[in-house]
Amino acid sequence: MNEMANSGTLQSHFKINPASNETGYKAYEAGSFKFKRDEYFVEIAWPNGTHRMAADDFMRALMRDVAWGFFYGTIAFDEVFGTTNHYGIVDMFAGTYHEVYKAAGRDHLEQFRAEELLKLMKDMVEDWTNEGYDPFAAPGEAGAGVPWGRKNGDNHDAVNRIRVTAERMVGLPGDAVIRTDDNGYPKNRMLADVAEDQPLVEAEPGFEKEVAAFNLYDYLSRSDVTWNPSVCSVVKESLFCPTSEEFSLPVEHGNDRCEWFVQLSDHIAWDVKDRDTGRPRAKLVMRAGDVACMPADIRHRGYSPKRSMLLVWENASPRVPEMIQKGEAPVVAVQF
Amino acid sequence: MSDYTTVYGSLNDFTPGGVDPINDDPKNYVFSNVFDVASRSQPYERVAVGKNLEYALEVVRAEGESPWYTAAHDEFALCMDGQVEIHLVKLDDPDAVVAPDSEGAHLVDGMPEGRKMGRIVLNRGHQALLPPGAAYRFSAESPGVLLMQTIFGPCTVERWAEICQSEPMKLD
Ligand SMILES: [Fe+2]
Repeated sequence: MNEMANSGTLQSHFKINPASNETGYKAYEAGSFKFKRDEYFVEIAWPNGTHRMAADDFMRALMRDVAWGFFYGTIAFDEVFGTTNHYGIVDMFAGTYHEVYKAAGRDHLEQFRAEELLKLMKDMVEDWTNEGYDPFAAPGEAGAGVPWGRKNGDNHDAVNRIRVTAERMVGLPGDAVIRTDDNGYPKNRMLADVAEDQPLVEAEPGFEKEVAAFNLYDYLSRSDVTWNPSVCSVVKESLFCPTSEEFSLPVEHGNDRCEWFVQLSDHIAWDVKDRDTGRPRAKLVMRAGDVACMPADIRHRGYSPKRSMLLVWENASPRVPEMIQKGEAPVVAVQF
Repeated sequence: MSDYTTVYGSLNDFTPGGVDPINDDPKNYVFSNVFDVASRSQPYERVAVGKNLEYALEVVRAEGESPWYTAAHDEFALCMDGQVEIHLVKLDDPDAVVAPDSEGAHLVDGMPEGRKMGRIVLNRGHQALLPPGAAYRFSAESPGVLLMQTIFGPCTVERWAEICQSEPMKLD
C-alpha cells in the first residue's frame, strides 16, 4: 500500500453527469472509475470490474474519506474499494489489496491529484445525502436518518461540518474553542454523565495565554460526530486526535505508519488484518486505560457498542512513510 | 438522568482488555494499561507507554510533590485519575536550565528561578498545557494518574517487557 506515487500517469478526467430521471441522483466519473447510486446501493465500475456497496456503508465511508482529506495511508471502504493517500497524490483502487482480485489480475488502480478528486467526492457526498440523513452519525442516534430512497432534499450542514484542528491546544485564546450547550454542542446521550467541570486555572497577570487547561472528556462528550479524530493538542508533529466512537468504524484504516490508541472510556473491539492481503491477524479488546499500537503493515476496524472516548495518537511527520519503506522507521513501534 | 454509565478505570479499579492473535505476535501491539502501569510505578516516574519515533506518551503516578521539570517544547498533561495540582514558574533564563534544542522533560536543579506564572488544578479528564520556558511541579494529596504528551527525554523510563502483554490472551 505504500507503492510510491509514480506508478502511473495522473488522471485528469472528472465528470459529473446530470441527475437520473429515475432516481434523481447524479452519476460521477473519475478517470475510468464510474459511480452511480440507486435507492439502496452504490455501484462502482472500472474497465475490468464492477462492485456494489449498500448506500449507508458507502456514504459513511465516503464522508470520512472526504472529511479527513484522505487521512493517513489507506481508507478501504470495504475489502475491494478505497483510496490511498500519498499527500498531494491519491490512489483510487479496486481489488488492489484483495488477494484473489490481485492474483486473478482483476485489480485496478488509478492516481489523481488530491484536490481534484476531493472536489468530485465532495459533490458526491452532497448529492447522495438526502434530507435528514447524517453520514457522521451512528445509526442508533436520533438524528441519524436513513440513506435509502430516491433523491430527496439534502443535508448540507451535516456533510459540510468543519473538522476541528487545534493549532496548539483546545481552549487556548485564538485556538479551537471548547464545546458548550450554548455554542451548539449538547452532551451526547451516551456520555451525558461525563463531568462538566472546567479545571481551576489561576494565571498571574501577563501569563493568561500560557497558563491554560480544559476538560477534554467534557469536550469529547459533546462531539456531534463519530469516528472523526480531530487534533486537540500538538507537540511538534505529535498529534493528540481524540474522538468519540459509536457503532463501527465506517472504513478499514490501513495506516502508512504506526498509530497509537489510548482508550479513555468504555471499550472498543478491534479486528486487525494484514494491510496488503486482508488476511486476519488479531483481535483486540481495549478497555478504559488500555494503550495499544497498530503496526504500520495492518488495516484495522473498530466496534464500539456504547459511545466511548478514544485517543488516537499520530505522528504527522511527512517523512515517516518513506522512512518505513527504507527500513529507517519500524513497522512495529517498540521491540521488547 | 443518563441511562448510560461511562466507565473510566482508575488506579484502584481497572480491567485491561488485550490481544487475541489469530496469526500474529501479541507483542506487536505494545499493549499496556495506564492504571496498571501507574499502580506499579514509583511516584513521578515517567514511564513510557507509547513511542512513535522520538515522540512519547508517559504515564505518571502523581503522589505527593514532584520535582520541578522543564522542557524546551510544549508538553501536555491529561489527568486520568484523581486530582493533580500544577504550579508553573517562568524561568528567568530557560536556556541555562535546558538547551533550546533539547527534547523531553528535564529535571530542574533545586528551586526554579523566575516569576510565578500560576496554578492549575486538574480533575479526571482535564488536560493542561506545560509551555516551554516554564518550570512545572505536580502535587497530589492522594494518588492520581497523568498521561503526558511529550518527547523522549532524560526522565523517560522504558520497561516495555514489564508493562506490555507478551502472551496470547483469550478475550471474552
Ligand atoms: Fe486508524
